Amino acid sequence: MKLQRVSALVKKELKKTVREPAVLFMIFLFPIIFVFAFGASLGGVGGSQTVTYQIGVVNLDHANSVNASQTLVTSLSDTKIINIHVYASNQTAQSDLSQGTVQAVMVIPADFSQSLAAYQAAPNDPSQWTNATVTLYLDKGSLVATQAVPPIIQQALVSMTEQSQQVMQSPLQIQTASLVEVKSTSALDFIAPGMFTFASIFLIMMVAQSFTQDRENGMMKRIRVSPTTATEFMASQVASYMGIELIQAALVFAMTYALGFRPSVGVTTYAFAFVLVLMFSLSNVGFGLITATIAKSAGAATGLSFLFVLPQLFLGTFVGASLSSGAQVAGKFVPSYYVTNALTSLFLRGAAITSPAILTDLALVSASCVAILAVGIVLYAKYYKI
Amino acid sequence: MSESTINIQNLTKRFEDKTALDNLSLQVFKGELFGLLGPNGAGKTTAINILCGLIKPTSGTAKIYGYDVQRDTQKVKELIGVCTQETAIYPYLTGAENLELFGNLNGMSKKALKERSKMLLGRMGLAEDAKRVASKYSGGMKRRLSLALALIHDPQVVFLDEPTVAMDPQSRHAVWDFIKDQKIRGKTVILTTHYMEEAEELCDRVGIIDHGKLIALGTPKDLIAKAQVKNLEELFIKLTGRTIRGDA
Repeated sequence: MKLQRVSALVKKELKKTVREPAVLFMIFLFPIIFVFAFGASLGGVGGSQTVTYQIGVVNLDHANSVNASQTLVTSLSDTKIINIHVYASNQTAQSDLSQGTVQAVMVIPADFSQSLAAYQAAPNDPSQWTNATVTLYLDKGSLVATQAVPPIIQQALVSMTEQSQQVMQSPLQIQTASLVEVKSTSALDFIAPGMFTFASIFLIMMVAQSFTQDRENGMMKRIRVSPTTATEFMASQVASYMGIELIQAALVFAMTYALGFRPSVGVTTYAFAFVLVLMFSLSNVGFGLITATIAKSAGAATGLSFLFVLPQLFLGTFVGASLSSGAQVAGKFVPSYYVTNALTSLFLRGAAITSPAILTDLALVSASCVAILAVGIVLYAKYYKI
Repeated sequence: MSESTINIQNLTKRFEDKTALDNLSLQVFKGELFGLLGPNGAGKTTAINILCGLIKPTSGTAKIYGYDVQRDTQKVKELIGVCTQETAIYPYLTGAENLELFGNLNGMSKKALKERSKMLLGRMGLAEDAKRVASKYSGGMKRRLSLALALIHDPQVVFLDEPTVAMDPQSRHAVWDFIKDQKIRGKTVILTTHYMEEAEELCDRVGIIDHGKLIALGTPKDLIAKAQVKNLEELFIKLTGRTIRGDA
């Protein structure tokens, strides 16, 4: 393999990326604009500003002595990420929920204080408790509210019984709440890991267009009659797109950072995250080559590339969080799922890069991406020669 | 011109039910400017594609400087330069950058590449536009750059597939002069063209192929005299008929 040829082709690809307006937009400007638009609307600009949720409260608890429901409402207000709107009736609250004025409505039952008092009288004897259920209505149109509000309320309830989260028994329940800690986390933090994956997926389209265009305008033929070998050519393409991916990931990171994304992780974790994204770019080159094999023209390649872009996008990026359980299972068959999952574990859950979950994700991403790249190269070489 | 540079023996190429080349045998000599003529779809481009190692023949052999185009593809590619029918240039690179890229792909040294690039840009009338991106070039300029790319590494054998298509008379004559120079410098040139006056002006010998078969071979003068026609175009029509053909 002659390095002179590989570096000449890499240089050419990088010049193309910078000089072709459509490529420049798709690879660099689109992700930046996208991250800015999403980040600015969900996270805030220029700092670590958190999202404030509007929650309606219908308090049916009218205890005379110790009013526990008031304590619950106060503790929620104290989180500073929740604005409480008190409603006299559930009907009025539901009306506001349906109009988007509030993102959730919490109905505190009449026996709430009584339930807490019974618990406090005999904390170790569940048979003496009076169970009470706080009903929570969520705005299904708000992805972030559905993800973030239940855990916050669950946490407030748990703190009222002064129990650790590991103790499962409590007289106070809400419906469908999970025990994931989300306090003071902005919506941007939730979607940032997926944004890295999201931006990278569009490499598929770029690779597919590039190969079909070069085939259409005779450049592939011209390269094939030069002494450049297939290995040199493919090595140059993979190196180019990995380089482009690196720049893209850095730009996306810079943009999310500017918008307030500040995961408390070290340099090694950041470096590991970049390695993950680089590995992921291999599968995108592979899918791009498969698309270029099927597509007869650059125009067709653009359309066909969505066969691979959309599943990766909907099943494996931040969009996947709002999908059905079936779709989430399907997500496990696309590489982007494992990249987003690993980045989320690293940045949000604070997982170590040596943890089994992260290493499993890395192994799955590496194996699947190398396999997809190999399939792409073999298919393209079979039908079009390199 | 006794040393055989290109040696084609019983070359046949079939595409499903169509025979593009039918038992073609031909020799081209060192320093010769050979015209490969024929109507659309006659098999000219198929022959060139086989000689460049782009497609495999169904049967027969083709050698360039003794190297088999199928077995010794890498060696053959180091010897040849190809100007394809398409205007194949990278539109987002400048003229100079296009030449630099293909010089590097052909393994040229930095110094040789710089000198050769400067000479070619000058000869092709592109020196002043060397630093403009090729997408801003006129059609004729793009064709001339495409030709320069085929010649950047000073190949021993040059395949020119309709190199003067869509060029104005000035450009065409500049290219003709340059092609003649290649011959003077001992290079072997295979030219396909639909312009019969171009073949008559440039070629030492021409071969006319139709339906994949070689139907005439010789110097333009001899062929014209033998067929008792006024020029090569009349001979061409006489041999291949007046029926309009589709593309290959």
